[in-house]
Amino acid sequence: VSAATATSAEDFGGLEGLVEAAQEEGKLNVIALPPDWTNYGEIISTFSEKYGIEVVSAQPDANSQDEINAAKQLKGTDRAPDVFDLGPAVAIANADLFAPYKVETWDDIPDELKDPDGRYFSDYGGLMSIGYDAGAVPAPTSLADLLKPEYKGKVALNGDPTQAGAAFAGVVMASLANGGSADDIAPGVEFFAQLKDAGNFLPVDPTPATIASGQTPVGHRLGLHQRRSGRGPGRQAGVEGRRARGGRARLLLHAGDQRRRSAPGRRPAVAGVPLLRRGPEPVAQGLRPAGARGRHGRGRHARRGGVRQAAPGRGRAGQPHRGAGSQGQGVPRGQLAGGDQLSAGGRRALLLPALGIVPFLLYVGVFLLYPTLVVVGGAFVDDTGSPTLANLRTAVSGPYLQAFVRSLQLSAITAVIGAVLGALLAWAVVTGRPDGRCAAW
Amino acid sequence: VVTSASGVLAQFGGVTLAFAFLATVGFEGLVTVFLRERGIDIFSGGAWIFELPGLVLVYTYFQVPLMVIVFLPALDGLKPQWREAARSLGGSSWTYWRRVAGPVLAPAFFGSMLLLFANAFSAYATAAALVSQGSPIVPLQIRNLQTSEVLLGQQNLGRALGFGMVVVVVLVMVAYALLQRRSTRWLR
Repeated sequence: VSAATATSAEDFGGLEGLVEAAQEEGKLNVIALPPDWTNYGEIISTFSEKYGIEVVSAQPDANSQDEINAAKQLKGTDRAPDVFDLGPAVAIANADLFAPYKVETWDDIPDELKDPDGRYFSDYGGLMSIGYDAGAVPAPTSLADLLKPEYKGKVALNGDPTQAGAAFAGVVMASLANGGSADDIAPGVEFFAQLKDAGNFLPVDPTPATIASGQTPVGHRLGLHQRRSGRGPGRQAGVEGRRARGGRARLLLHAGDQRRRSAPGRRPAVAGVPLLRRGPEPVAQGLRPAGARGRHGRGRHARRGGVRQAAPGRGRAGQPHRGAGSQGQGVPRGQLAGGDQLSAGGRRALLLPALGIVPFLLYVGVFLLYPTLVVVGGAFVDDTGSPTLANLRTAVSGPYLQAFVRSLQLSAITAVIGAVLGALLAWAVVTGRPDGRCAAW
Repeated sequence: VVTSASGVLAQFGGVTLAFAFLATVGFEGLVTVFLRERGIDIFSGGAWIFELPGLVLVYTYFQVPLMVIVFLPALDGLKPQWREAARSLGGSSWTYWRRVAGPVLAPAFFGSMLLLFANAFSAYATAAALVSQGSPIVPLQIRNLQTSEVLLGQQNLGRALGFGMVVVVVLVMVAYALLQRRSTRWLR
């Protein structure tokens, strides 16, 4: 049996066969599994201890799109990731990249939480909660409390909601608490706008480090990970995807499956919050109005699958490089002075310096020209590859135009300040020179 | 000493710089706490360190040394003879600055300013490390469009923004090249 095409443990003749196949391969590449997230640290160490398989953990803090990019870029190499933890939207959009595989308890997973072909399924979820430093702020009893002046510049959200699924869940939570729904998040957006107007919003992503240093006294975080007292409703979905490189990836599926089954009994990441529960309710049902301790949504969600084949990926567009000044290769003067006709020796002398430029040209071509072409080309086509100006129109409107204006402002202000202060400083340096050679005194 | 310090500081950007600033003037930074204990709350106006004013402050930190480095050769290029000539022809110090040093240095000054502009415009890591909420400036917007796990399929819009940045930088480079031609006339 080929480990890469197996779709269940039976294909190996039971779990023992799978373990054997996995141990033969010896190594497992995982990506974006933070050790302090849903107990991954312990799961990974237990897994590699139990089966004697080395787990290589790459980019523990990568986001979902980073994972997909890594899968495409590293495809075919032995560093290609085998195991993913993806946000639902990204997992579903890239389902074609995963290999189908069904764990032993596949039938127990509610239909709406899995792909019928076995490419992914929801593995874990959590409750959105509000954590606070009891030593720094009074205990909030409802979401609206956070608008009070005591919380000035103290309330943080775990990421950028337009970017991170977990932060988005924070907005959904605020929305539900303010009469919105999972389909209508406007009240949540409104809440955070009020928070900002009140000067309470703190644009820092809370991490264990910022919490410990007191930089983020109040943070919305996924309940699974709340370090201090957590309260408040809401939840967040996470997804795991798996790439079918072979048995070891399959085996981890079973390990995860075991974890899922035994979750309430295992040591949860935070006391008092169920680590994992298989809740079949749709998102909206799980989220309740704010302010009631213990009225939590149920955990859910995570998917598995694996990347079997990656589409030929376009590289990620690089930032445009600043132009490096090219140093012209000097033509030996003596040769040119000789006359109109160059001798054969003169031609050779010209050719040699020209050869010297080649590496530079190659460098420019690969690292400057090509990315620029990708960026410029991409700017004028839509997702299907047909030419369009819509991207450019969007780019010069609304928030994007604002970003441009702010970027230009920032650059202009710092350029002027920097130039004036820098020039004065340079002048001071020059006049302060002991040899008195200079004219600018 | 200032020159070598500038050499180091001009390259002191990115994550380390952002961290250094948070450690000094962040919410629990040295300076913040020091001032707070004396009754001055530098954040009474809101979390400015994570918004545009904060970025200005942090960017200035690597812009000034860069200016020193690129502007020093121009100042060095001023010949003492010019000043002596101005003096001997009856010019005052002011005349010298207005008629000789000013015009000679101006192209180099504005050229350096353009360089600083492009430097700030393209800076990414410093801002990325400092601002984790919202995307106030273009490079962060592009990051957002490329990596968002909430809104998918916006890579090409990100490329369009990138194209906008290319246009801006090309304009800056053309202006820089023109100024460069002027400034090299006297300063060699």
